[in-house]
Amino acid sequence: MTEEIIIAGFGGQGVLSMGKILAYAGLMEGKEVTWMPAYGPEQRGGTANVTVIVSDDPVSSPILSSYDTAIVLNQPSLEKFEPKVKPGGTIIYDGYGISEPPTRPDINIYRIDAMDAAAEMNLIKTFNMIVLGGLLKIHPVVKIESVLAALRKTLPERHHHLIPKNEEAIRKGMEIIKKL
Amino acid sequence: MADQEITLMKGNEAIAHAAIRCGCDGYFGYPITPQSEVLETLAAEKPWETTGMVVLQAESEVSSINMVYGGASTGKKVMTSSSSPGISLMQEGISYMAGAELPALIVDVMRGGPGLGTIQPSQSDYFQACKGGGHGDYHLIVLAPASVQEMADFVDLAFTLAFRYRNPAMILADGAIGQMMEKVVLPPFKPRRTEEEIIKECPWATTGRVGGRKPNIITSLELRSEEMEVINLRIQAKYREIEEKEVRFEEFMLDDADYAIVAFGSAARIAKKSIEIARSQGIKVGLLRPITLWPFPTKEVQKLAERVKGILSLEINAGQMVEDIRLAVEGKVPVRHFGRLGGIIPDPDEVVDALKRSF
Repeated sequence: MTEEIIIAGFGGQGVLSMGKILAYAGLMEGKEVTWMPAYGPEQRGGTANVTVIVSDDPVSSPILSSYDTAIVLNQPSLEKFEPKVKPGGTIIYDGYGISEPPTRPDINIYRIDAMDAAAEMNLIKTFNMIVLGGLLKIHPVVKIESVLAALRKTLPERHHHLIPKNEEAIRKGMEIIKKL
Repeated sequence: MADQEITLMKGNEAIAHAAIRCGCDGYFGYPITPQSEVLETLAAEKPWETTGMVVLQAESEVSSINMVYGGASTGKKVMTSSSSPGISLMQEGISYMAGAELPALIVDVMRGGPGLGTIQPSQSDYFQACKGGGHGDYHLIVLAPASVQEMADFVDLAFTLAFRYRNPAMILADGAIGQMMEKVVLPPFKPRRTEEEIIKECPWATTGRVGGRKPNIITSLELRSEEMEVINLRIQAKYREIEEKEVRFEEFMLDDADYAIVAFGSAARIAKKSIEIARSQGIKVGLLRPITLWPFPTKEVQKLAERVKGILSLEINAGQMVEDIRLAVEGKVPVRHFGRLGGIIPDPDEVVDALKRSF
């Protein structure tokens, strides 16, 4: 199994950390992983994206021409990455960030209203974990237990009390993702 | 065992951890994207409190490299890291170290140029790294890591080779390898060498005239041309020995290949994916990955020219290593180049297209 994922959105939406937690969870399951950010001068408000590959085999290129799954959280990211989803692949978009949804008939399109849910739950910072939950619902690339273990490993101790909130967010994401 | 823990980190972070673990005595550097995490990680790890390793942010790259010169003169394991424009600033010091035959490690996490260029990945400093870079007839030993694991592993290897041959060594990475995170098993801890060990291993170093030995003089200056030629010949003989003994490379799917890609560093990773794609379309292609860029695997490229119909040099530059390939191939088979410039990384499909166009 190899899952090639691009996660793209605005800087500050937690795109890179979501990718990192996904990669770390894969690592904890003994899988091969790469996390390749499009690094740049961008900060909050700019564009950010990261390619995450989780595989049972050694990963060749960390840079890809096409993806199994694209997670797009704003319009520019959708325009950039919708054409790069492999036929039969998956695109997940956030309903708040996208005004013109994807249209390709040869891919699976999922909508997740993660920004709305995060606002409702009063947990705006867990937006990315809601999205991650949505991904894990439709593509169980890693187990939710591994994600929680990854959070314990990567978050500083002083933030560990937030892990239950993150779990709540992941479960919310699993609940609200819907296929179009 | 805690030492053997598998962890996830950036290539730049791996360099820093590996430096502490291999018994490095000192790091001197100045921040620059895309390698600032080397200095940042060292600062966060505070090795001066554990191994006693010095970590110093100098006021410039010129200072950094001259601090490295000073540290290396005393037989200490010292290093610096920078990215392309910063490495250009260091060239005078690097040439002086080659002339004074000082072992040290210089890490170059390349970004696109020329000039200040971009902060995105590039491999456009192959010439600078492999053909001298500074003035005078000299070479660095140049290692090209293609994974975060190799970023970690090559630190100790670079120091080993640098001390074996009393010559500066360079790890030539790029922004992609520096910034990406992968699984890595960090090397086990090695203690820093004691003063006695340094005196024994480096009888040439300025370690103090213990026991009334003759003074050791570290210099690259010799105004008598006859003497300077002797020094040059000795250095050249050393280079021939390095070329003989230290070539490192990796082969991938070359056994039945009709065509070969030659690529190093992150380009070699892209090449592997391109080879998977090309083979699924019936094109038999393999990869030769030089791990040492200097000494270049000339003999392996010569052997390749005997068995394939064409060679594509995949580099994230305008065509630099391709010159060394052509020198080795001596016109026996067509040699083409493909690359992207200015911080753009070619994607695997582009490389397959280039392969089809080339032959």
